[in-house]
Amino acid sequence: MAKRIAITGMGIISSIGKTVEENYNALIHQKTGISIIENIETIHKDVIKVGEIKLTNHELEQLLNLPKDNNYSRTAMLGAYAVQKAVEDASISNINEFKTGLISATSVGGMDMTEKFYYEYFEDEACQKYISAHDAGDATHKMAEYIGLKGIVTTVSTACSSAANAIMIGSRLIQSGQLDRVIVGGTDALAKFTINGFKTLMILSDTYNTPFDNERKGLNLGEAAAFLVLESEEVVKKQNKKVLAYVSGYGNANDAFHQTASSENGDGAYLAMQKALKMSSLSTNDIDYINAHGTATPNNDLSEGRAIVRVFENQVPEFSSTKPYTGHTLAAAAAIEAVYSVLALQNNVIFPNLNFKNQMDEFNITPQTTLKEKEINHVLSNSFGFGGNCSTVIFSKN
Amino acid sequence: MKKCYINGLGNISAQNTFETDFLEDATVNNSDNVLYAKQPSYKELIPPAASRRMAKGVKMGIAASTKALAEANVTIPDAIITGTGMGCVEDSEKFLKGILDNKEQFLTPTSFIQSTHNTVGAQIALGLQCKGNNFTYVNGAVSLETALLDAKIQVETEEENTILVGGIDETAQHTLDLFKLVSFIKKEEDAPYSVLNSTSKGVVFSEGTTFFTIENTKKESSYASIEAMKIHNSLSVNEVGDFISNFLEDNNCEVNSIDAVVFGNNGDVQYDSYYDVSNSLFKNTAQVYYKHLSGEYNTASGFGLWCAAKIIKNQVIPSILKMNSVEPSKLETILIYNQYQGRDHSLILIKKC
Repeated sequence: MAKRIAITGMGIISSIGKTVEENYNALIHQKTGISIIENIETIHKDVIKVGEIKLTNHELEQLLNLPKDNNYSRTAMLGAYAVQKAVEDASISNINEFKTGLISATSVGGMDMTEKFYYEYFEDEACQKYISAHDAGDATHKMAEYIGLKGIVTTVSTACSSAANAIMIGSRLIQSGQLDRVIVGGTDALAKFTINGFKTLMILSDTYNTPFDNERKGLNLGEAAAFLVLESEEVVKKQNKKVLAYVSGYGNANDAFHQTASSENGDGAYLAMQKALKMSSLSTNDIDYINAHGTATPNNDLSEGRAIVRVFENQVPEFSSTKPYTGHTLAAAAAIEAVYSVLALQNNVIFPNLNFKNQMDEFNITPQTTLKEKEINHVLSNSFGFGGNCSTVIFSKN
Repeated sequence: MKKCYINGLGNISAQNTFETDFLEDATVNNSDNVLYAKQPSYKELIPPAASRRMAKGVKMGIAASTKALAEANVTIPDAIITGTGMGCVEDSEKFLKGILDNKEQFLTPTSFIQSTHNTVGAQIALGLQCKGNNFTYVNGAVSLETALLDAKIQVETEEENTILVGGIDETAQHTLDLFKLVSFIKKEEDAPYSVLNSTSKGVVFSEGTTFFTIENTKKESSYASIEAMKIHNSLSVNEVGDFISNFLEDNNCEVNSIDAVVFGNNGDVQYDSYYDVSNSLFKNTAQVYYKHLSGEYNTASGFGLWCAAKIIKNQVIPSILKMNSVEPSKLETILIYNQYQGRDHSLILIKKC
């Protein structure tokens, strides 16, 4: 990669914690955030499990100190919280000191409010404030306002690879000199819309998700937000700043196979990993850990596993999916897992793939199921979404 | 660094922009507060069985992208980047209505599958078997502009050479009803509507799609080069002058070297003062407006860029687009400024090539 992109701050809120430390502790102590849904009334309550953040909207409003008449969707609140934490972590006191941007990613946007008030809007004027909070960009604008950012503010939405793509466009904007610094990540709240959507696709597990297990039954949905502060090396030097890790390569490719299913041999995933490796000038044996997409759906894990084998051949490094901890947090997933990838680099540790029991029939690779300490210099993180959207980002220590 | 050229266009809008060259039969409709797209026949472009399952936005996107690629003589682009403010609202509404009306039962996945914001880009990729990078931006009135900015950087740095870029927004009934409820859409009693000198709140709402084949080589089909772009989340009215002046200065461009400026006035009395630079900075510049023809939607600025590119290629400003009577001495450099509700400001500078 021509110019390295430094990561100087991280903020996260997920079902396993609302700080980076809480998330790390849950990961190393193998504590799952998967539970029974509490904040949404749904008939599927007893047959699904979710990675839900156990804070009500009211509690989130208080946490953010929002005025009573605010019209933040849950997606916007989670995002604002994580963005603020990332900015604090990067020790930024004046957000507009350098050319700074914000690129968020979301799939549901303000859908959580829209589905609540869809018909009520016509009866009750009080809820009409949420009409303008529906579109995906609104949440991002609110996050920018919350931290006082003025500049390039935009949003990516490519389903479950969205946040990886936000990292890519953010890096590209720094490399091209459009920005000195950019906050990138994603946010998605649980919604009836997505719960029912994945339910109709019959890929929701009725128990804890088991990535790369031969008997896997599908995914658990989750909600989360995570953001990273990316800075150009020049700006880092100027401020004499501590760097947590670097974005050293990325790639996006389209599977061009089916709107929701992945191709059998994972063509898109294969291409995305190859592109990222090429950009990073790393070879496959430089990769110390793969944070897999690993949703635990029959289709994803087979397709991704095959693509990994195609790329790494008989030298597949340790890999695991962290979805058993957080659930699949859709557009936020790649940002959550970017934070976990950086934690793996910082702590030289591989997070275990929970709930794995049975080796898959189709190949002989097995996820890492215990906490493993090992020198880690490069982590490859995969994220794949509807529309054949396949993304890989590589994070490096130096 | 390479340059960024617009080498092909495809536009479906409330005007017959798909089958005519440049607004020959454009008309101003001042009596409806929602203008629907004049859709072409999709028979030759999409198999009927597939077409029946596709929402309007997907079909419009496939048709407009086909034309934009054909004009540039491109079969498969290296990448596809789309922008949409509201996304696939038709399928989103259909699925959500199903959830609410049937209490989360008896649902089928089709409309959910097609409700994701990247459906149009994905369907085009599927049709073309394009495995290149495929992004979708969803940020109000800069959705398309982010896609263009991303494409511009990628072709200039030769990360890719040929990128299909498009903005798509479709209407759906429930969303229209909600927008009427909060006066984002003009009230019936405020008709006849006008974009200039309007005294009423809200906009005449619409839908449409504009696709651009963006490349780093100049071709016979080239319309113009995109010289510079800027997007900015929010400004107050009195910051607009500096925002534009600084952009021009950053790009070594003087106000008097701009031959025409394209404004995104949409007739919303609350926000059209953002274009007051038409009376100051650009007082002596030929001015163009277009939302009286296209209506307003998050990616309507694509219609504006389409107009600017056509103006440069055809070397004429059709009288229906003229906002003032200044006659430009040449048509080589055009600036496009757009915003929506005081947010999502964008500037695009294009030049004859």
